[in-house]
This record gives sequence, structure tokens and C-alpha cells, in this order.
Amino acid sequence: MKMMSCKDATRLMSERYERTLALRERLSLKVHTAMCKGCSNYGQHLDVLRQATARLREGDTGGER
Amino acid sequence: MSKASAQAASPPWDDASITAIRRDMLRFARMQLRDAAAAEDMVQEALMAAMTSAKSFAGRSAFKTWMFAILRNKIVDHIRASSREICGSDLVGSSEMDAGLEAFDVLFKRGGHWNPEDRPATWSDPEAAFEQDAFWTVFDICMNNLPEHIARVYTMRELLELETAEICAVLGITSNNCFVILHRARLGLRVCLENRWFQGEAR
Repeated sequence: MKMMSCKDATRLMSERYERTLALRERLSLKVHTAMCKGCSNYGQHLDVLRQATARLREGDTGGER
Repeated sequence: MSKASAQAASPPWDDASITAIRRDMLRFARMQLRDAAAAEDMVQEALMAAMTSAKSFAGRSAFKTWMFAILRNKIVDHIRASSREICGSDLVGSSEMDAGLEAFDVLFKRGGHWNPEDRPATWSDPEAAFEQDAFWTVFDICMNNLPEHIARVYTMRELLELETAEICAVLGITSNNCFVILHRARLGLRVCLENRWFQGEAR
């Protein structure tokens, strides 16, 4: 199997928040991120973005609470 | 009901807490609407709605969370009500919105792998960043750096938690176009946060 590009991997990592990825897509993504530190970091950063927007949604943005 | 429990259930309407919450509500509304006057109106409406329905607060959730839920509902209603006018505007002139993804091609080499200098780094302690006002200021700046139509789709998805299907319907775009726009928003926000916050933090 040809390793997918980082460009495609970042697109799939975004799309997995929007749709269920096909098994094939999930597998190639898993193989890719296991070998690519940049993309594995990218995936974590998207989770951080998710957490940040969840905080904004709840008005939980540091400071006084 | 005893006096003490009645008091515990009523929202804290004292000025200081409202001023602080109002400030954060404004930031939220501005991020979503990109229109300071419309954001003021929305927040005002939400505050008034909260005051008239204070009984339904009943201390079930944190006061601020409750206020933000009211604000979110107000903005969703506003977007749904004005969807026809959004579709007619030049914001969505054609059925496909330009995601401007090409601008991000420079991050990758010819084969589609990261340029060494653009490869995402390790971010240290995002949880700690969330506790700092300065981080949210940077987040605000990064959100503002996104082109308006990109930010609009992203905030509808992540701040209002609308389903992609509804966003597509309201804006009259295809779901694939929606996916590309959201991907573009995440690419842009990520690189902005890394450059303006996490890079300085870690090194």
C-alpha cells in the first residue's frame, strides 16, 4: 500500500469530525500517523481546537469563574 | 421552600458578575457574527430573555453556562430566520464557496508531505493555555484572520454545534464544499495558534 500524503491525511483528520470515515480511510490514516510525527501532532492539535471551541461555547474561557 | 434555597436557585444578577459575563458573551457573539452591532443586539436580547425566564434557571447549571446556552439559541434562531437573506447575499453568490485551500499548498512539498519548517510541532500543555486570558485573545485574533465566509461556516459548526447538513442547507452549499471549508478553517487556525502561541511557549 502506498503511504498517503500529509496533505490527504490532514484532510481526512478534519473530515472525521464531519462524517464516518470508511474502513480503508481509517486504516491508511492510522498507518500514516503512526509513522509521521507531524501528522500525529496535527491530529492532536485538531483535538485542542475542539476543546477550545467547546470552552468558548460554554463561556468557560479562563479568568473569573 | 425556605428562603435560603430560594436564594440559591436565583441567578446572581449583581452588576459585577453580569459585566464579566456580558464581556465574554460579546466576544462569543462577535466571533460568530463578525458584526459588532449585531453582536450587541444579540447579547442584549439574550440578557433580557434570561431575566424574564430567570425561573427556569433554578440553579441546574452554572449561571454562565445557562446564559451562554440562551445566547447560542438566540444566534441560531437569528441565522435560521435570516438564511434566505444570507443565500441571496454575495457571501454565497455561487453554489460553491471558495475555500482558498491553494494558499496552504505551500505547507507541503511536491509529494504532499510537510515542509520541514511547517511540520506541526508538539504543543506543550494546552490545558494551561485555556486558563489564560492572553490565549483567548490570540484565539480571537486567529479566528479574525480567517476569511469571513470560512469563519462563518466554522463557527456555525463548532460554536453553535449545528450539523454539517444544516449548515449546507442554510448556506446553500454542497456538503463536500462544507468539508473543504472546515478543513481550511482548521488548517488556518492551527498554524496561527502554533505561530502566535505555542511556538513562543515551547521554545
